[in-house]
Amino acid sequence: MIPVAVGFFYLKGIKMGQSIDNQSTSIHQTKVLIIGNGMVGHYFVEQLLLQQATVSICVLSGESRPAYDRVHLSEFFSGKTEQDLLLTTEQEYIDKGVEFHSNSKVDFINKQDKWVRTTSGNEYHYDILVLATGSYPFVPPIPGNDQPHCLVYRTIDDLHDIEASAKCSEVGVVVGGGLLGLEAANALKEAGLETHVVEFAPQLMAVQVDEAGGELLKQKIQALGVNVHTQKATQEIVKGDTCRYKMVFADGTYLETDLILFSAGIRPSDSLAREFDIKIGDRGGITINDYCQTSEESVYAIGECALWNNRIFGLVAPGYSMARTAASHILSGVSEQTPAFLGADMSTKLKLMGVEVGSIGDAHGNTAGAQTYSFENEPKGIYKKIVVDSTEEKLLGAVLIGDTSQYDTLLQYMLNGITLPEAPESLIMSFDGAEAPSVGADSLPDTASICSCHNVTKGDIVTALDNGENSLAGIKTCTKASTGCGGCAALLKSVVDSELEKRGVEVNTDICEHFAHSRQDLFNIVQVEQIATFDDLLSSHGKGLGCDICKPAAASIFASLNNEFVLKKPHIGLQDTNDTYLGNMQKDGTYSVVPRVAGGEITPDKLIVLGQVAKKYALYTKITGGQRIDLFGAQVQDLPQIWSILVEAGFETGHAYAKALRTVKSCVGSTWCRYGVQDSVGLAIDLENRYKGLRAPHKIKFAVSGCTRECAEAQSKDIGVIATENGWNLYVCGNGGMKPRHGDLFATDLDTDTLVKYIDRILSFYVKTADRLQRTATWMDNLEGGLAYLQDVIINDSLGLNQTLESQMEKVVDTYECEWKKAISNPESLKRFRQFVNSDKTDSNIQFVEERGQIRPATEDEKSQSNNQSIDIIELV
Amino acid sequence: MQDTQTLSSNTTSEMKVIAGDWITVCTKNDLVENSGVCALLPAHLVRGDAKIEDNLEVQIAIFYIKQINKVFAISNYDPIGKANVMYRGIVGSISDEPMVSSPLYKQHFSLETGICFEKPEYMLRTYLCRIQDNLVQVKVGSINHSSQ
Repeated sequence: MIPVAVGFFYLKGIKMGQSIDNQSTSIHQTKVLIIGNGMVGHYFVEQLLLQQATVSICVLSGESRPAYDRVHLSEFFSGKTEQDLLLTTEQEYIDKGVEFHSNSKVDFINKQDKWVRTTSGNEYHYDILVLATGSYPFVPPIPGNDQPHCLVYRTIDDLHDIEASAKCSEVGVVVGGGLLGLEAANALKEAGLETHVVEFAPQLMAVQVDEAGGELLKQKIQALGVNVHTQKATQEIVKGDTCRYKMVFADGTYLETDLILFSAGIRPSDSLAREFDIKIGDRGGITINDYCQTSEESVYAIGECALWNNRIFGLVAPGYSMARTAASHILSGVSEQTPAFLGADMSTKLKLMGVEVGSIGDAHGNTAGAQTYSFENEPKGIYKKIVVDSTEEKLLGAVLIGDTSQYDTLLQYMLNGITLPEAPESLIMSFDGAEAPSVGADSLPDTASICSCHNVTKGDIVTALDNGENSLAGIKTCTKASTGCGGCAALLKSVVDSELEKRGVEVNTDICEHFAHSRQDLFNIVQVEQIATFDDLLSSHGKGLGCDICKPAAASIFASLNNEFVLKKPHIGLQDTNDTYLGNMQKDGTYSVVPRVAGGEITPDKLIVLGQVAKKYALYTKITGGQRIDLFGAQVQDLPQIWSILVEAGFETGHAYAKALRTVKSCVGSTWCRYGVQDSVGLAIDLENRYKGLRAPHKIKFAVSGCTRECAEAQSKDIGVIATENGWNLYVCGNGGMKPRHGDLFATDLDTDTLVKYIDRILSFYVKTADRLQRTATWMDNLEGGLAYLQDVIINDSLGLNQTLESQMEKVVDTYECEWKKAISNPESLKRFRQFVNSDKTDSNIQFVEERGQIRPATEDEKSQSNNQSIDIIELV
Repeated sequence: MQDTQTLSSNTTSEMKVIAGDWITVCTKNDLVENSGVCALLPAHLVRGDAKIEDNLEVQIAIFYIKQINKVFAISNYDPIGKANVMYRGIVGSISDEPMVSSPLYKQHFSLETGICFEKPEYMLRTYLCRIQDNLVQVKVGSINHSSQ
């Protein structure tokens, strides 16, 4: 059986190699040469590969690294690395058969004989040349703009310059209050500088939003600590008095700063085309036709260097659609498959420093006869405007500040010319929790664009379903919808769901092959039928032997409802290894030990005990992000002794190993802090002690901040509490991690009792209704009706569930026991804490080396083979 | 364990056994229902390819699945996670084939063939194992795949 499988792979490898050889030797291939490897240049290469082109592809990039994500550049300052931003690697290109040369700036084109030359003298032939040279930042001609700390914001190299400059600066100014300028300001703020934005126009983001919207945006951004100066024309940059430079404005005022970042728009990088007589527009940009061809038939231009119909498109989505058009045109000429590039919708939705901004179509109401509706909620900082045509039937444009939840709906109205409801204002007004109408998936025409990043229409999705795809994941893989910015995820899901429903396909929410139920169904079954063990659940509602999906899910449900000891006999085999050994397994099979330090408050005596234990058992010691101490490298057989000492000293288990409440982080609060308005530490300790041990679909993190400065970062937690003069503000369903989400403000100025009551209900409701391994953030995103619905359930008891939810929580609170205390006093539980059932030896494959004065796991190369325990491995070569 | 002569790696590496014999590893009571334990055994006793003079020991994970009343013995080394942890995995079935999932990276291995479901190029040694008179026994020289 096995040799056959191995042989198969081997043969496949040979076959592939041969076919590549054949292609390169016997058939002449068209050579497509691409100058530039930005996002659009890279996307173009992907499109060629996607269409399985039989062309040879060569990329010349002027930068030192392959394509990276410029849209998310500012995240470099909030922790993303250069690696994270890369869209591809040289190796990936090589693997796909693409020739790639970095640091290869082209300075000569011979159109006649079709070849180019780089500055280092290398020559490359082409059949088709694609210019994807992008753009460069415009630096206004201000005297003094060429000094060392006057920078631009465009490339990763720029980021390094900004980072270096920021290290020796305290104040930073961004010149330009457009979209990019505000992104740049965010970068400076993240870098820790006092940040200013200087804008020549009377308002921010003048292209995308109207005056009222711009004014509100200004207020909101200033409230976040960025100083905005509009209507300021910089005349010169001179030596500063208190800072490095002084910017002198036309109105006689001035601003001192250490660093200046120019972000006053972009200019197309068209010099190569200009020099070698490819047609350029009057104000720059390489002129292209509807198929992205330049004045030279065999030369194409795409992205921000291209000028179509006298317009430059400074967003990535139109660049992508040019790339698609050019790729199709090169491969199949003008045909049905080749979409002409006919301009692009420039609507955008984004979050600038946490402020939601949306702009759709004719945001300024410039269309003749246009009429507007606007809505302003000053206390909440929300401004919305829609622009409709003279007949009030079609939506022309919109501006949204502070709340973009209706963006998708409005965009669909605009793009698809859907007839507006009787009262168009209902699209942006909400009355007492009533949801604004949204466009049903059914009412969208097949031409409706669902995913603008990858240009997927509703028709494409229907076709994919017709061709046999039957799941959301399948649709995503095959159409690429929702794999770009992800902004269309909700819309995509509702289209897929509704189409599947039409076909009579039931959406499969089975947890695994053993249960034809979702986690939510299983929870209700266990609750209603009072099932207490997995064997009972499996025999009455499932089949087979269970697996590593349904078993831990069932264990979690039993724990949430009955709160029995997780190592009790019927439950032990259901637990993930972390729960079984009440520790977090590390890569080498050892465990980490994390005692609870409620609220992050710890006495010196307890700290000493932790140090002593770590020293005695030679454990690697690190402070966690949740304000406690993690001891690594404990072996299975040592865990009970380690915990005996800790329990003796008054510690409890920290549940770091469990899908349960982890920590309640706190700032120091009003007890010590000059600014604190409430006792955040006291509340944090009470909350942590109340909910400790609560098993849930996923881990839960809390934080409590003692004032609006928010030092505990409560808005990034599942449950976040921020003190006010009058009580507590409650934020819910925030998340750090891979996909950060700010918590939603759930209720304000609560007294402590109400706060606890709401948290009880919210957590119980989450435990009851969430999917397995679904954090509260995703749970909220998938909750139909969202925040308003949750508020209605919890505050107004709209489902009549509150009493059940509260008593469910009360039971867990009342039956809390420290799992480690229980385990060490129970011989049956301790039986599992040994490596070998028939020997007291230890696992000789666990080996450590010293680094920075502590242990770390030895790498495979570092491990000594002097022991006699065999690494039992079968070589299948 | 007290009243039976069981095989412990501390004491029995010199024990004389004959291929085809069943050697006792522990008692049924040492097993954990629907979960695993690990035993350390002299390699030459259970693996046809190991010699007594190599003085090697092997770690074997033993699982007891109560529902089908069967014991399974496989190598304890996770070749993907590169650690001796298989006995700490969750057992169950995939299309009715008994399996264990690695506690490190969650790949599933057949308890019958040792083959990894996700990456069939990885395979764990499997050993013949039984419960006889309350004793858990592994067959000498009994590696499954070498006998196939």
